[in-house]
Amino acid sequence: MAIGEIVRNSQIWKSIFRHPMPLDRRNRIVVMLTNFFLHLHPVSIKKQGIALSFTWCMGGVTFFLFLVETVTGVLLMFYYRPTLEWAYNDILALRDVTSLGILRELHRWGAHAMVITTWLHMYRVFLTGSYKPPREFNWVIGVILLLLTLLLSFTGYLLPWDQLAIWAITVGSNMARASPILGYEGPGQQLLTIGGIDMITDGSDARFGLLGARFVGEETLNRFYVLHCIAIPLATALLLAIHFWRVRKDGGISGPL
Amino acid sequence: MHSNGLFLKDVAGFLGSYYTSLAIMNAVAALILWQKKKQVGWAVVWSAVAGVMMVLASLALSGSAAWVPSLPLSVRNLVNSLSGPVNYTAGTTALFAVLFIFRKFFVQPMVAWTVLNVALLLMGLSMADENFASIVMKPDNVPIVGLVFLLAFFTWVATSQAVVNDERIARGLPPMEKLNDEKVLVWPDLVYTELICMVGVTAFLLVWAIFLQAPLEEPASSVKTPNPSKAPWYFLGLQEMLVYFDPWYAGVVLPSLVVVGLMAMPYLDFNKKGNGYYSIEERKFSYLVYQFGFFELWITLIILGTFLRGPNWNFFGPFEFWSPYKVEVLNNVDLPQMFWVNLLDRPLPRVAAGASTLTQVGTILLREAPGLVVMGAYLLLLPPLLAVTAFRSYYAKMGFIRYMVMVNLMLLMLSLPLKMILRWTLNLKYIISIPEFSLNF
Ligand code: HEM
Repeated sequence: MAIGEIVRNSQIWKSIFRHPMPLDRRNRIVVMLTNFFLHLHPVSIKKQGIALSFTWCMGGVTFFLFLVETVTGVLLMFYYRPTLEWAYNDILALRDVTSLGILRELHRWGAHAMVITTWLHMYRVFLTGSYKPPREFNWVIGVILLLLTLLLSFTGYLLPWDQLAIWAITVGSNMARASPILGYEGPGQQLLTIGGIDMITDGSDARFGLLGARFVGEETLNRFYVLHCIAIPLATALLLAIHFWRVRKDGGISGPL
Repeated sequence: MHSNGLFLKDVAGFLGSYYTSLAIMNAVAALILWQKKKQVGWAVVWSAVAGVMMVLASLALSGSAAWVPSLPLSVRNLVNSLSGPVNYTAGTTALFAVLFIFRKFFVQPMVAWTVLNVALLLMGLSMADENFASIVMKPDNVPIVGLVFLLAFFTWVATSQAVVNDERIARGLPPMEKLNDEKVLVWPDLVYTELICMVGVTAFLLVWAIFLQAPLEEPASSVKTPNPSKAPWYFLGLQEMLVYFDPWYAGVVLPSLVVVGLMAMPYLDFNKKGNGYYSIEERKFSYLVYQFGFFELWITLIILGTFLRGPNWNFFGPFEFWSPYKVEVLNNVDLPQMFWVNLLDRPLPRVAAGASTLTQVGTILLREAPGLVVMGAYLLLLPPLLAVTAFRSYYAKMGFIRYMVMVNLMLLMLSLPLKMILRWTLNLKYIISIPEFSLNF
């Protein structure tokens, strides 16, 4: 017996994979139904739905980039401490001291790429009219995913704690200061004055909630770190699960009736 | 600062490999056409182009700065002097319009390939300009260059299929996608495609990561404000809107409306056609609205904000040095000023000190009356007016609520380009300006 066959006939192998090698038609069907990772997919699909010219595989690429970001992100977390004392130095060390010195590059360029592929995926979904019934709600979930992707990117931008980082976040978060009613420089913030006490000040407005402080400082770094590494990825993962589930439930990839 | 020898020596290596890649790209195209025995004439053309690219590559690599191919200084100065927010916006709008109207012409592979070559050539020639290169080569700006080419490519992919489908539908045939509706097994057909995509993306990312280092500037300092201070690139369209609106509208309300509008889209577009295949003719209205928002109001503004806005958020031509000392004269006026002072030759209505709240509010309302009338007409009068004219059939099909949501979203979306035009033509700053309530519009 060839080595491959011995391995595939062993108890260990069989206990992991619940199906024989997908070499014939029957087993190619079985594999899709019995493998956890593959069962996201249907067993068979219209040829048109998997044509690269139709989907550009953009949703798939976006999801793959999300996975790349997750893996490289976890590795980066081993090296990075979100404090004013260490953040910048740890990033510096990642470049100069750590082996595999392109970890940060992979994570950063992967993030830029994910923003771009999300836009392209949405563009393709629009151009093929795939947001039309019965896929309206999956489009809505997509819009939230788009928002989460941008927020992931935005919160991550602060973490290197260099000039580029804090000023980009300062410019970006200054907008919240002008939120109508809830920002202390926004129109109508006077409306939330209760008993002569102004409720919306620079220490209590929308921007303060975002930054955890009156300006981008250590509290902000901590807040963005938690959002970036835990809160937003979890929310994204949940919505992705619903997004994929809905693709199946809405009748698979769209196509002409 | 103008291109000097030192800089040119630095980019020469990059440009050498750049033109070599373009040569290979064209040679491969020529080879494919040749082997298919189709369009042999074009095969000859692309071989010739490959030859020219090789010549450019050797010029770049000649070791002498003077030989590096570049745009003549006079051309660069002309481009700089012609560029400004108005010409930029008008130019891109005209470009999109031409591409859309003559889409049947532009989607032809040989035409698209020519356009690609011209764009890449211009890019290469521009990279020999120090000012251009210093902005485009900023590590965080590189993805935007990629985005531009990707968008062009995928728009071409989609439009060529839409053009074919539109013609088929006009002849009473089903769209191309319909021809492919036999079923195939996901293993192997889809699983392998996905695997190849993953390998491709991984390879691409690795190469990108090896050749381009992630930026790391000086340690953060809350006292040293960089000039310009820019948000991350994907938000620069919003930052550009700050030129025309106050932050509460440009930074909070408009982005929220973008999100709401996108979410509302599937519920507003009642057109059942064009579901699941590429087409334009069957859904021209929604197509044009989406493309206008995406390309005009999002992508071109990001490019403007990233590449053409320098210190103090002043506009700079693509080959212009970002001098922090450039001064732009701002003499914008508010609508009340225009109306009361310039038109009626009266002072602005003002409240006497110690007046009652009611008088104060009344005076503000009187002062802002022109703006309130304009805005009232825009938001309250236009929707019903459109319902009985241009959008009559839409109103009939959509019903009151859906129609109102759609029209208001569209009017608010158009508030941006309209405000831009008012600024450029009338120097209008605010239509309504109530600093008492931090409400400027
Ligand atoms: C994190 C971002 C996202 C990921 C990973 C993702 C992933 C995917 C995948 C893998 C598919 C299967 C088909 C394909 O690849 O095209 C899909 C379909 C779909 N996506 Fe997304 N998506 C994301 C964001 C979005 C956004 C921003 C939108 C729209 C606003 C959207 C709307 C849809 C719709 C409507 C479908 C069904 C398309 C059809 O049946 O043709 N998604 N998505």
